[in-house]
Amino acid sequence: MSESAELNLEITSDPGELAQVREAIRKWAIVQQWSDTEVADIVLAADEALSNVIRHGYDGEPGHPIEIHVRALADDRVGSGLEIVVRDYGKQVPLDQICGRDLDDIRPGGLGVHIIHSVMSEVKYEHAPGGGMRLVMRKYRASTSASPDARPEEP
Amino acid sequence: MSNSPHQLGVSVRRDPDATIVTLAGEVDLRTSPQLRNTLHELLENRPPRIIIDLSDVSYVDSSGVGTIVELKRRAMRSGSDVILVGLQTRVRSVFEITRLDKFFTIAKDIDEARKV
Repeated sequence: MSESAELNLEITSDPGELAQVREAIRKWAIVQQWSDTEVADIVLAADEALSNVIRHGYDGEPGHPIEIHVRALADDRVGSGLEIVVRDYGKQVPLDQICGRDLDDIRPGGLGVHIIHSVMSEVKYEHAPGGGMRLVMRKYRASTSASPDARPEEP
Repeated sequence: MSNSPHQLGVSVRRDPDATIVTLAGEVDLRTSPQLRNTLHELLENRPPRIIIDLSDVSYVDSSGVGTIVELKRRAMRSGSDVILVGLQTRVRSVFEITRLDKFFTIAKDIDEARKV
């Protein structure tokens, strides 16, 4: 496995692009020797993040840029894993409003953030310099555990 | 019915005891509006039971799950029931992560769903 392996994608806010991104990340994660279950989790998290950007950051309007950066992590503090950064140039949502909703309230919508937190080890939203949002998601391999102090680096 | 892995195929069969919706492909932000339209049209006939066969669905995200939740809520108001069958492991996992596996009746296959 290459520890410096990266995958960089640029798409627009068109739901029709999601399937290609899922496929690209799926193939990348397989090469990085993640398990089938972990690959599925990683792909799902990325898809949910991008869907949220399209729906909320850009209000469903196509044609706006979204950048996806995926890289392998080889951090001695927390073990190996991967990091996915999703950068958009849409609305800056108040950070305290980004949270999974009460799952006992059965209704459509609002599940994406909950899913992301469920399948990834660390999730951090931030306002990107110059506008838009930056989401950093990390997942560590099942054989390693994250230090409580280890958090995604500041931009 | 299209069964391209990145598209969603939808077919509907109306039997006397149930309306069976068979999906094939992926349910995501792009394809869930199409699914929503199809499912809501079904409710106009007030079928007693809607069975959604997900055997050939390889991927579902929160928009897909939300679409099916919306159908069940509307179906309950009109006296219909919604039963899911044939969930692949990963599809079931998304329902479990969102705890919606408890909200739905999930059967192994269509025959079992008819008996629920």
